[in-house]
Amino acid sequence: MFYRDGAELVAHIDRDAAQVLRQCAAQLTELLGDDPDRDDPVVARLFPDMYRNDPEAAAEMRELTEDDLRLAKVTGFSEMIADLPRNGGDVRLTEESADVWVRGLTDMRLALGLRLDIRDDTDFEAEIDDAVAADPTSNRVRQLAVYGYLTGLQGSLVDALMD
Amino acid sequence: MATPLAVPTETPDVDEVPGADRPWVTIVWNDPVNLMQYVTWVFQKLFGYSREKAESLMLDVHHKGKAVVSSGAREKMEFDASALHGYGLWATVDQQ
Repeated sequence: MFYRDGAELVAHIDRDAAQVLRQCAAQLTELLGDDPDRDDPVVARLFPDMYRNDPEAAAEMRELTEDDLRLAKVTGFSEMIADLPRNGGDVRLTEESADVWVRGLTDMRLALGLRLDIRDDTDFEAEIDDAVAADPTSNRVRQLAVYGYLTGLQGSLVDALMD
Repeated sequence: MATPLAVPTETPDVDEVPGADRPWVTIVWNDPVNLMQYVTWVFQKLFGYSREKAESLMLDVHHKGKAVVSSGAREKMEFDASALHGYGLWATVDQQ
């Protein structure tokens, strides 16, 4: 988890966690490729319509802003991958790179949250218990564990940034 | 060209552009994923709001489902909403 060390934000990220973060970043990079599938709920969530009741204005704004936004996100993911120690170790971030990380972790959590159907009233611990009881080796158990890890990591980074 | 104030003119047609004077706003909507502390941090970072104001807006988003986080010219609101999208917040632009 992240803590502040002077001007830097530091976290120890072990080999497995680094692997998980690389995978998440790679998956989102693929999803946000040149022509993202607008019907994918994750794509729709990451690029929300700016006008709720005016499809024409929403489409116009999309035309103007989406490419830059998409490029910023994809660039951020590759920066995160570059920051990750290959075999685990300390990640040391400047405020500027911490900003890239905190956005990237947000997008990863938004994507996983949608896939896992996380809602306002979701009891996360109960979800994990239920999933483990159903099948401890399931993909859902793994994804819930990743979501929990990302939540802890992002929360610690925000706390450290506000410190 | 100066326009005299007291010269009788036609009654201005206020209905010509409905709502033209209503301010534009940026609205942030609640979502089940973003952390409360993170939303507060984003409001402070993007708008330069005090911790207190940012927290109060975050709580409005959380409890009421949405909050107006900035208001002003339409183009500025579009800029704000786009910046909020960059931080993964669900933001829209509307006219009050």
